[in-house]
Amino acid sequence: MMPEAGHYALVLALVLALVQAVVPIIGARRRDPALMNVAASTASAQFMFALISFGALTASHMVSDFSVANVFENSHSLKPMLYKITGVWGNHEGSMMLWVFILALFGALVAVFGGNLPATLRANVLAAQAWIAAAFYLFILTTSNPFLRIANPPVEGRDLNPVLQDIGLALHPPLLYLGYVGFSISFSFAVAALIEGRIDAAWARWVRPWTLVAWIFLTLGIAMGSYWAYYELGWGGWWFWDPVENASLMPWLSGTALLHSALVMEKRNALKIWTILLAILTFSLSLLGTFLVRSGVLTSVHAFATDPARGVFILAILIFFIGGGFALYAWRAGSLKQGGLFAPVSREGALVLNNLLLTTACATVFVGTLYPLALEALAADKISVGAPFFNLTFGPLFVPLLIAVPFGPLLAWKRGDLLGASQRLIAAGLLALAGVALVMAWSWGGPALAPFGVGLAIFVIVGAVSDLVERCGLIRKPALALKRARGLPASTWGTAFAHAGLGLTLLGIVCETTWSDERIATMRAGDQTMVGGYSVRLDGFAQRHGPNYREVTAQFAVARNGAAIGVMEPSKRNFVTRGSATTEAALMTRGFSQLYISLGDLSADGTIAVRLYHKPLVLLIWLGTVVMVFGGGLSLMDRRLRVGAPRPARSAKALQPAE
Amino acid sequence: MTLWFILALMTVAAVFAVLWPLGRAPGAPREGSETAIYKDQLGEIERDLAAGLIGAGEAEAARTEVSRRLLAAADASPVAAAAPQRGLRRAVAVAALIGLPFVSGALYLKLGTPGLPAFPLAERAQAPAATESLDRLVMQVEARLEKNPNDGRGWEVLAPVLMRLGRYPDAIKALRNSIATNGPTATRHADLGEAILMGANGVVTAEAKAEFEHALALDADEIKARYFLGLAAEQDGRTREAAGIWRAMLAKAPDDAPWRPLLQRALARVEGVAAPSEEQIAAAGASDAERGEKVRGMVERLATRLRQDGSDVDGWLRLVRAYMVMGDRDKALASVKDARAALTQDAGRLRQLNEGLKGLGIDG
Repeated sequence: MMPEAGHYALVLALVLALVQAVVPIIGARRRDPALMNVAASTASAQFMFALISFGALTASHMVSDFSVANVFENSHSLKPMLYKITGVWGNHEGSMMLWVFILALFGALVAVFGGNLPATLRANVLAAQAWIAAAFYLFILTTSNPFLRIANPPVEGRDLNPVLQDIGLALHPPLLYLGYVGFSISFSFAVAALIEGRIDAAWARWVRPWTLVAWIFLTLGIAMGSYWAYYELGWGGWWFWDPVENASLMPWLSGTALLHSALVMEKRNALKIWTILLAILTFSLSLLGTFLVRSGVLTSVHAFATDPARGVFILAILIFFIGGGFALYAWRAGSLKQGGLFAPVSREGALVLNNLLLTTACATVFVGTLYPLALEALAADKISVGAPFFNLTFGPLFVPLLIAVPFGPLLAWKRGDLLGASQRLIAAGLLALAGVALVMAWSWGGPALAPFGVGLAIFVIVGAVSDLVERCGLIRKPALALKRARGLPASTWGTAFAHAGLGLTLLGIVCETTWSDERIATMRAGDQTMVGGYSVRLDGFAQRHGPNYREVTAQFAVARNGAAIGVMEPSKRNFVTRGSATTEAALMTRGFSQLYISLGDLSADGTIAVRLYHKPLVLLIWLGTVVMVFGGGLSLMDRRLRVGAPRPARSAKALQPAE
Repeated sequence: MTLWFILALMTVAAVFAVLWPLGRAPGAPREGSETAIYKDQLGEIERDLAAGLIGAGEAEAARTEVSRRLLAAADASPVAAAAPQRGLRRAVAVAALIGLPFVSGALYLKLGTPGLPAFPLAERAQAPAATESLDRLVMQVEARLEKNPNDGRGWEVLAPVLMRLGRYPDAIKALRNSIATNGPTATRHADLGEAILMGANGVVTAEAKAEFEHALALDADEIKARYFLGLAAEQDGRTREAAGIWRAMLAKAPDDAPWRPLLQRALARVEGVAAPSEEQIAAAGASDAERGEKVRGMVERLATRLRQDGSDVDGWLRLVRAYMVMGDRDKALASVKDARAALTQDAGRLRQLNEGLKGLGIDG
């Protein structure tokens, strides 16, 4: 009964989405409040049915109901409960269900918290959202239905790929999807603005919190995916410029650009058309990312061969929303009024520079990711665009961007004072130079560029701090600093944290790529080797078994300068049901640096291939992203993002000067 | 019945979600406006000014700009007054009331399987024991062993059952685990070798051979291992060695050993067509008629065996070759026909047969 109820709920969600896609638009054109309100109630109901449907699928996975084909293909009764649940989105059909579920969730959030929007805007936004939802429900029901049944259910399922049975990968897709799907709201806002033919500073303020939420989740999702690749794949790398990773990086880059340009629009009513374009672009890249990962636009040539219906449908969705979005943009953008003017050197100017660099960086990633695919599809040539391409194109674009980052917040709106900003950044600059000199002296004869990378990172971090110091007046009036710090808008703190996080990540990247120490050794019990100043001795092996696997672990005793500091136990796991194996690397954290040991093959004569790495400051890469996310969260708490809620008391108060 | 009740309930909820906003009194809608935001922006300028974040000049300029937007927004608002559309509302309501259940019902009946109940594993485990198949029992044992892989007795019991079910790869795994936990014995290694051999469609692979040798190292008299090593020799073309092994086994075997007939058949097989063995050389001293009788007897036995079990390609080839050697071409062609008939279900073996026949100079 449960799978069928879930199936029907999905059908109802589709039908409600169709109602929601049509009625509110008519209502908004005719200015009928009741018809416009249909949007909110159907969006909430649609979410309820998506929830029932997703819940029914999850429940089927939990009770191992193998009469549901999706459960049979991806689950096993012996799997730990956690992976039974995460296995729901560990496959194509289930992940699409998660996607629409999150889409419906965001729709419902707009319906519930959108009370501060003008009624027509809210109706149009929800209608645009429903178009996307309807397309995805149709896609799921016709080509990727997770509720297909097996009349004579088999006794046991086929199990989930062991590599996916990991907590990192369990959390990675939902976070990433919250990001991707969150940008659908910005897209819907852009479409609604184009439909209404009216866009202004208020629009930017309404759209910004949604974009910020999406950006936060996407950042977390990317960082989580990267950390997972780092510890699970056993190669010690954290970013591979792999198409799947690039697919998530592209919407992040354009989404970051969108966040910044929306700021200009909100403050100065400028860059309106560009912001709309970015909103459409970001969601287009998110769509592309979803399908790149899930159903392979990447392997589209092969996907068409195996499942033409699915491939054609995906192509149709991409063409309809990306093409439709841009067509609407081309048709209506001309009717939008351009806004405020500004001098090249100003906060707006800095944000435009940021946008230019970010979108160019995004374009290089796009070319590097899709060019080989296009070439393969059209000319049947196989080329691979690897890390060198991205390092040579992406790097040079990010250097000026990072140099400009500390200047941005220090410049005034409209007409900035570059000299003044530079003076305020003198401390950051001096510290950065000192850092360069120190690193150069320490690693004399080493890599030539690394010290400058470290210097740049220090400049970005200290620059963010000095912006805060400046605003609090810590140096001018230390006594008042605390009071002023408390009075600063949350978004100012958010900016500083996000920029400092960027610097931290850069510092981690530079240190890890430059001074990482790697040893590949064949060891037997009792052997000793050195890596990054630590001596590592292989003590022996042990056999263990977990819930659905057996593992061989190796014990390594780690010592530094003769003093023992711990034991590391990397292992190789054998999953019996699928007959496959995974490598579990052992990590030892020392400050922000890590020792990393991963096992290779155990040979018959008792020796084992071992890869050992010392990765200085590697944790900063992810710590930086966490700081960025924290900054995003602070910015989200800023009071101005909440303003506009129809509570008379607050609007009245907002008229008063705060102090 | 309950399913239909729940589906109906959900449909009602969906229809209600559309009808509810349409039916409400057309009061002033709860909505936000741009003016609220511009007013707040003005407030923000004042706050920034008071906090010293912006200068007085900047604040003034910004204030002018926001005020201008505020005025524009306030002017625009009254134009967009609400305009209730009663006819349209009624049309939407009717569409929701009739169209929504109809469309969703039709779509679901086309896609769904309402007749099929859910089938959670827990429910099935409680099914009456009579319906439990061997598969199910094996599954339960496997599940237990999965959690508790050090249960040596479990693996020991499971392995022969898996062999009988023809699940050779699993049997190999079970035997390996049994050896790992219970310790190596000649019998276990011999069984493992047999499982590997069966998994390889009866070919004694190097891996299987290693297991048999291992078994013999532990117990030189392990019957199964010795027999299969003989088979290995036969498959390698060292028929004389194979015959030697088997003959030695026969010599030592007690009279009532159940595997005696098997060995005798095997021996007959290799000696029927093999290059002359010691016995045959000895037989050379006997009269041609006697020898011919002996050979014919062996060939007949082979033919009888193949009539009972026609899946042995090598056997068929040997039979055909024997008839050819004996100059009995008709019988040779007749057995080719028999062989094709027996193997007609199995494309792989049929191909094997045809290739072998080509080697014998008979049309492929």
